[in-house]
Amino acid sequence: MENSIFKLKKLVPKAALLMAVAAGTALQGCSNTEGSSSNATTEGVASDAASAVYVAPGKHDELYSFLSGGFNGQVSVYGLPSGRLLKIIPVFTQSGENGYGYTEESKAMLQTSHGFVPWDDLHHPKLSRKDGMTDGRWLFVNGNNTPRVARIDLKTFETVEIMELPNSAGNHCSPYPTNNNEYVIAGTRFSVPLDMKGGTGDVSLDKYEEEFRGSISFIKVDPNEGDMELDFQILVPGFDYDLANGGKGPSEDWVFFTTYNSEKAGTLKEVGASQNDKDYLAAVNWKLAAKYAKEGKAREMPANYYHNKMDKSTHIAKSTVKKKVRYLLPEECPGMMYLLPAPKSPHGIDVDPTGEFMVVSGKLASAIPVFSFSKMQDAIKNKKFDGEKNGIPVLQYESVLKGEVKEPGLGPLHTEFDGKGNAYTSMFVSSEVVKWKIDELKVVDRIPVYYSVGHLMIPGGDTKQPHGKYLVAMNKITKDRYLPTGPELAHSAQLIDISGEKMKLLLDFPTVAEPHYAQAIAAEKVAPNSTKFYKLDENKHPHAVKKEADVSVVRESKNRVRVKMTAIRSHLTPDNIEGVQVGDTVLFHVTNLEQDWDVPHGLAVMGANNAEALIMPGATQTITWVPKKAGVFPFYCTDFCSALHQEMQGYIRVSPKGSNVPITFSTGKKKQNIPGVASTK
Amino acid sequence: MKAYQKLLMLIASLSLGLLFVFPMWKIFLKAPQYPEGLELHIWVNKLGGSSESVLQNFNILNHYIGMEPIHAESFAELKFMPYIVIAFIVTGIIVALIGRRKLVLAWTSLLMVAGAVGILDFYMWLVKFGTNLDPKAAIKVPGMTYIPPLLGNKQLLNFEALSLPALGSLGIFMAITIAGLTYYLSLKNKTIAANPEKVMVS
Repeated sequence: MENSIFKLKKLVPKAALLMAVAAGTALQGCSNTEGSSSNATTEGVASDAASAVYVAPGKHDELYSFLSGGFNGQVSVYGLPSGRLLKIIPVFTQSGENGYGYTEESKAMLQTSHGFVPWDDLHHPKLSRKDGMTDGRWLFVNGNNTPRVARIDLKTFETVEIMELPNSAGNHCSPYPTNNNEYVIAGTRFSVPLDMKGGTGDVSLDKYEEEFRGSISFIKVDPNEGDMELDFQILVPGFDYDLANGGKGPSEDWVFFTTYNSEKAGTLKEVGASQNDKDYLAAVNWKLAAKYAKEGKAREMPANYYHNKMDKSTHIAKSTVKKKVRYLLPEECPGMMYLLPAPKSPHGIDVDPTGEFMVVSGKLASAIPVFSFSKMQDAIKNKKFDGEKNGIPVLQYESVLKGEVKEPGLGPLHTEFDGKGNAYTSMFVSSEVVKWKIDELKVVDRIPVYYSVGHLMIPGGDTKQPHGKYLVAMNKITKDRYLPTGPELAHSAQLIDISGEKMKLLLDFPTVAEPHYAQAIAAEKVAPNSTKFYKLDENKHPHAVKKEADVSVVRESKNRVRVKMTAIRSHLTPDNIEGVQVGDTVLFHVTNLEQDWDVPHGLAVMGANNAEALIMPGATQTITWVPKKAGVFPFYCTDFCSALHQEMQGYIRVSPKGSNVPITFSTGKKKQNIPGVASTK
Repeated sequence: MKAYQKLLMLIASLSLGLLFVFPMWKIFLKAPQYPEGLELHIWVNKLGGSSESVLQNFNILNHYIGMEPIHAESFAELKFMPYIVIAFIVTGIIVALIGRRKLVLAWTSLLMVAGAVGILDFYMWLVKFGTNLDPKAAIKVPGMTYIPPLLGNKQLLNFEALSLPALGSLGIFMAITIAGLTYYLSLKNKTIAANPEKVMVS
């Protein structure tokens, strides 16, 4: 016994030394920004994560995902599970990268009743639907700031249509397609005092309660072409309409909207809109609304809003100004709209794959209420009302509630589903994703996310049949997840494996600007339809030239010169232009004569006050240039197209105003062996 | 000639019709930048390929080395070859109807000569395009010519070129083989006729 104590005593200094060494290493670890092995945030990574997300070079991802860009007004396309960025699609924001919003063809896309608005805050992408499933044809997205809804064509991954919404402000609750895209539905987050003449009234801000109203827009979508048309609006009480989602199966005729600020506060909403213990979930029967609108219940008011469409054969966007809008008042349309009390300032509303349960995530609430659609139907039938608000019946909370998920976490925001009876809710405040069973309303698993998750997305998680393998958490705070890049950091998405009982963290990937929501779809629903190039024969651009022999430079009027140019590996025709004068408006229409995959050409002109034009094979794009001084200005191809790309350049001579230098143009001193000269057929 | 032999001769002449349904020859190009490959199809009456714009894409690539652009209009053969093929089909049918052995032999021989001339002509074109290079070409490799292979594969700078006869040529091959077979079988007719006693035995 004595002996063993003695032995222990002898060991103590050694142990102390060992601990000191260990502590030293730990301290070093803390100050070491490169090393991540000692970083607490690597916890919870699945041991097989690397192989689960590894897509070998040359292999394709299983899924496309479309992440909104938030304040960059664009959509980012990522491959999953690799998290590789595939493309950024400009939607509401000018893009110098390809000339979107700068070229003469695309400028009209960004026209609004407020003039040219080259930026927006893009929050929610939603894929087009067929029978409640994504069909891979279009992606609808919202512009929050200057209310707009855009449609992206998934054959070309280009924005092809933007519809401005009248009587709306803060188009956040948008865009929600019904199960067959019958309508894309958009609600206003900011209620405003409508003057019923297409604008807002010059009203004292004290009059919020009496004068302010919200609106819900019903945009009809052409089943074949996808073209949008604002069919009608419902003018609703002056709450803030936050998010929405459509029903499915038994509830497919309905759309549900979360609302907050049922207090109707007009200032310091942070406090004013957080007073009521319950706000509302608004349920709207869109089919009945459409019927009312069709059967003459709709009134009409003057309006002023833009509808911009990109023509497929000319690639030229055209704006149409709409001068009226039809609207319904819920108090005149019985059975169309109900309010369901929902705990405190609810945010996300998500309908489970069966269409029976509506999950409301009350960001300030301590439980997640789950409403039952069949109970809602019974409550309506049995008139279990708890009064009314602005003529809209309010249903009794208990009569429509299936139950609440108790103590799910802090700050629930959004819920998606895996199609196996589980729901996954993002917890902003406690920074975790919580998995719970829909039937038992019981939390079964939780996983920390880094940090403060906003939206989450399961591919197809908002459809009838989710692809329940992955979950993407879109986090609002990044901090130390990547190498620091100054005060501004990329946001961070995290890929989580949800195929088993326990969630497993697989991958972090940085995202562009601030993704709010995302959509994902099996690659085989989109990839086979992807356009490789545009057919030159089908190019109907009025200033397209289809062979080099037809290029021209013409002084059309005193100050206007039109250049019809071609680009083909590896020259621009013409590449020598003279006779332009200071102050001329020079229009460069460039047709890319290539008819092969992945051969875009670009055109940049020195001193141009806009951007380059990036021209896809077979297409024509135009940039305008106004030279401000005399001299010689080079122009060149910006997209490395071939071994002789660096040679793909030319000069334009600018003479003083009133000069007698005639317009001339050429390429090459004598006829050379250049393929584009001959027929492009 | 026996009826079945006439029928064979008819099939031989009609099989030339494959030339109007399929290309005669295909040239495949593959390069690191063209994982999907580029195919030039040579028909009896036109040039085609893996896409509508394949000629333009071939020409764009070829212009760096100063090769003359390839255009269907440059080949008079594409204009008169279809008539030759039609003539062979028509005369073949007539030969089948007449059913004379010697005519079958003549037709087959002529077709073989025509086929050989066609292949020679094709080779001459390949040599012309591969060697007649613009001295102002951007890419000049001393001593390098770009004659594509007539048959089989060959590395031409970054491109691996593979040249193979296509289903159209099978039409010619079938015509020659079946007509040749017809002639061979009809030889036996004569033998049998020359030995009537054998016929009686059988």
